[in-house]
Amino acid sequence: MEENKQTTGKVSGIISNLVIVDVDGPVSQNEICFINLKGTRLMAEVIKVMGDKAYVQVFESTRGLRIGEPVEFMGHMLEVTLGPGILSRNFDGLQNDLDKMEGTFLNRGEYTAPIDVDREWDFTPIATEGDNVIAGSWIGEVKENWIGHKIMVPFKFEGKYVVKSVKPAGTYKASDTVAVLTNAGGRDFEVSMIQKWPVKVPVRAYTDKPRPFRLMETGVRIIDTMNPIVEGGTGFIPGPFGSGKTVLQHALSKQAEADLIIVAACGERANEVVEIFTEFPELDDPRTGRKLMERTTIIANTSNMPVAAREASVYTAMTLGEYYRTMGLKVLLLADSTSRWAQALREMSNRMEELPGPDAFPMDLPAIISSFYARAGYVFLNNGQTGSITFIGTVSPAGGNLKEPVTESTKKAARCFFALSQQRADSKRYPAVDPIDSYSKYLEYPELQEFLSENISPQWLDKVLEAKNILLRGKEAYEQINILGDDGVPIDYHLRYWKSEVIDFVILQQDAFDKTDASTPIVRQREMLGRVLDVCRADFSFDGFEEVNPYFKRVINVFKQMNYSGFQSSDYEKYAAELEEILAERRIA
Amino acid sequence: METKAFQKIYTRITQITKATCSLKATGIGYEEMATVNGRLAQVVKIVGDNVTLQVFSGTEGIPTNAEVVFLGRPPVLRVSDDLAGRFFNAYGQPIDGGPEVEGEEREIGGPSVNPVRRKQPSKLIATGIAGIDLNNTLVTGQKIPFFADPDQPYNQVMAQVALRAKADKIILGGMGLTNDDYLYYKNVFDNAGALDRIISFVNTTENPPVERLLVPDMALTAAEYFAFDKKETVLVLLTDMTLYADALSIVSNRMDQIPSKDSMPGSLYSDLAKIYEKAVQFPEGGSITIIAVTTLSSGDITHAIPDNTGYITEGQLFLRRDSDIGKVIVDPFRSLSRLKQLVIGKQTRKDHPQVMNAAVRLYADAANARTKLENGFDLTDYDERTMNFAREYSESLLAIDVNIDTTVMLDTAWKLFGRYFTKAEVSVRQEFVDLYWPADE
Repeated sequence: MEENKQTTGKVSGIISNLVIVDVDGPVSQNEICFINLKGTRLMAEVIKVMGDKAYVQVFESTRGLRIGEPVEFMGHMLEVTLGPGILSRNFDGLQNDLDKMEGTFLNRGEYTAPIDVDREWDFTPIATEGDNVIAGSWIGEVKENWIGHKIMVPFKFEGKYVVKSVKPAGTYKASDTVAVLTNAGGRDFEVSMIQKWPVKVPVRAYTDKPRPFRLMETGVRIIDTMNPIVEGGTGFIPGPFGSGKTVLQHALSKQAEADLIIVAACGERANEVVEIFTEFPELDDPRTGRKLMERTTIIANTSNMPVAAREASVYTAMTLGEYYRTMGLKVLLLADSTSRWAQALREMSNRMEELPGPDAFPMDLPAIISSFYARAGYVFLNNGQTGSITFIGTVSPAGGNLKEPVTESTKKAARCFFALSQQRADSKRYPAVDPIDSYSKYLEYPELQEFLSENISPQWLDKVLEAKNILLRGKEAYEQINILGDDGVPIDYHLRYWKSEVIDFVILQQDAFDKTDASTPIVRQREMLGRVLDVCRADFSFDGFEEVNPYFKRVINVFKQMNYSGFQSSDYEKYAAELEEILAERRIA
Repeated sequence: METKAFQKIYTRITQITKATCSLKATGIGYEEMATVNGRLAQVVKIVGDNVTLQVFSGTEGIPTNAEVVFLGRPPVLRVSDDLAGRFFNAYGQPIDGGPEVEGEEREIGGPSVNPVRRKQPSKLIATGIAGIDLNNTLVTGQKIPFFADPDQPYNQVMAQVALRAKADKIILGGMGLTNDDYLYYKNVFDNAGALDRIISFVNTTENPPVERLLVPDMALTAAEYFAFDKKETVLVLLTDMTLYADALSIVSNRMDQIPSKDSMPGSLYSDLAKIYEKAVQFPEGGSITIIAVTTLSSGDITHAIPDNTGYITEGQLFLRRDSDIGKVIVDPFRSLSRLKQLVIGKQTRKDHPQVMNAAVRLYADAANARTKLENGFDLTDYDERTMNFAREYSESLLAIDVNIDTTVMLDTAWKLFGRYFTKAEVSVRQEFVDLYWPADE
């Protein structure tokens, strides 16, 4: 694409945000173009070419557009700008810096620079003259917030290069040349702190992508204990509206043990993004003691923002994640919600009059979803260091029915399934993750099993499986009780049911709005699971089934008070002692 | 509608369908308004010199030689303080016999607010209805629909909420409103002496259905004027959004689009979101709160319209007739206000969140007990107590005719806890139990 002659065209058709352009030269699929509308330039992407007609989807409203308006083609796909200064920013789906936009309303055709190219950074070289480097190799470092932001050989550089020169430590503008590289043909290339990359192409600047094995702590018990996610893992949260998807995602973004969090607010409510803007700058990150906002970057394409840019927003977020992963960082990428992205694809496919697949979604939806999830992962970089992108997407199934195309396609791609249940949400059992239907495939990975055994305890996995089993048996007992009646089943059934309720209330349920209960470190989870299993394993003596319910309510109540108290605080110990007394009343073995 | 000197009149229509007509014309802007034999229409498709117009009132009787005049602008509303107290049709033309409103012309369906320029909603809206204030507290800048079957008194509840909400302006967007309901609103607002704060855009069942597509944008353009320019607290009532969505599906069907779930257009989510997302709290003080009505077909929330709505709005309020007490209540299970966390326990008493959850949990236990009873099983003492609790909870808190202060609601809940349960059964934070557990009756 080094050609100098720019392809131009003229608008010849308009159907909502699908515009047909008569072109005078070569165009490529997914190429970016700008349509001129009374002096404002509307960004658009080529999505189909027929003869000399290019079909482009416009990322903005096309109101007032006329036939014959000039169009300029840019010769590249949709790209993001990568460099220091991305962290803690609020971008839209096309990486425009929202804070730099003027006025209260989003004006059409207003594009702002994602990165301040004139900002100065303290540069420290990493590479030295004569080093052999390839795309993604670290040349130097600048401090961005508390992160060592690596300046890398641009991802677009193909083949091998030799470092001809590197600037000494000092202060440079982001756009200054910090190194000169020579390729095999002897040609020199200048490298600054800034590079560009097309969002729809995965960054492959790593040597190996092994199976992930390290637990990623989230502080959410039903995830960490029951259905753990790993660094570099993938998961998804399907759930009907009102089942707590967003609250759960926010909990993850606040608490997860990651170096940085990228939140793609994709076609969801603007007020939810505002919540992040408002709260994160105030909240402390327990790991670094800094503000949460310092490690958080937001890509906001809320539901009222242009639909076409919604599709771009998840790719933009993923590309930013890949950039930071190549610096050796642990990135957590959250997308809320991937269903809105799929709907954006559907709207466009519909306007292009493609033959529809199930529920009018495009036929290639499963392929698009799985290749997107495949961009996550734990990697070994060229220099032997590691980095990871953990990706968790939410899915908003139509009518809460999990047998719809987006959920089904995602289920094939993601390894953790956190199914939110309407029934649990209705009875205010939050987080409403269904303990029976949900799963983490990683629990079956020997790599993770080994990690858990070494880092939590050798019996941990057995305990988790035991707890899961108690939950399942409790559910069966509950069904039996419902069919046969309270007095139609042995007392044992009631015991079984109530033991599962103890696990449910104490481990699974968690108050995201309580200061203490909101986040539980893994050591505390270990202790609580141990205590709860002690209760579940014990035998109790009851004279009649009527005694079971009030007794276990008392047990649960004390456990809950423990959850609300600081770990091993005096309150906590007091409740622990009280619990022992209650247990002693009826325990026989 | 002023006529310009060089306005060109087209008289050759090449194609007519039920809702659209096409003609050859040049220099036309997308979404531009036009008149076809005096009927208002909008450009929905341009391919080459072929322009397709959507005629809002339908194409019945349109001849191929109809006079088509392009107005050179998208649909607009003239905004000024004179809007207050007036009634308009879907095009923003007065229907109350009053004069045209003078003011600045604003395009309807304008751009959205930059998310970083929004403020987090934080002001509680007190309605006195405990089913709302206690369990599903509303906040300014929120968007929330009533999910209700057509036979439920949603219009009455909404009018009540609107009047108690202390808004500077109440904007009614009526879509497919029956004439009776339209007059009901007019009377209620009139009787409350609130008519000067009300602005109405009404499409009744007597008007063509496609016209109602303009109503929400008209109402929200007026709302933005008062909330943004005038920094006022604006409450927008949209009823009934199901009929709005039905109009969308009519149009998309006539445009030969492939329908998705429940014959709705694939863009339903974005179309609804564009409306609801106009709800906003501006940092300068003004706000737009949207309370809408989505009628259901026998309580089915999995239908595409309520389903997509639920994903967009910040909760939903469910009305249900409670056979125990014979009154309409706000269903505590299926109702939800997502923004309540921003105010409860902060602008209300600290025990509010826990009391709310405990009461709903006990109410759920009562529902289980009732199932047991219906299946012919014996009830335990606890079951009996929950059912008694549920009846009284329903009567004194959930019913929509309750009108009390939030603190009284909380005290009432504690009284009921004390009457029917032990402290362990209620299971809330000890510090609140110490403070509020009632002395023995």
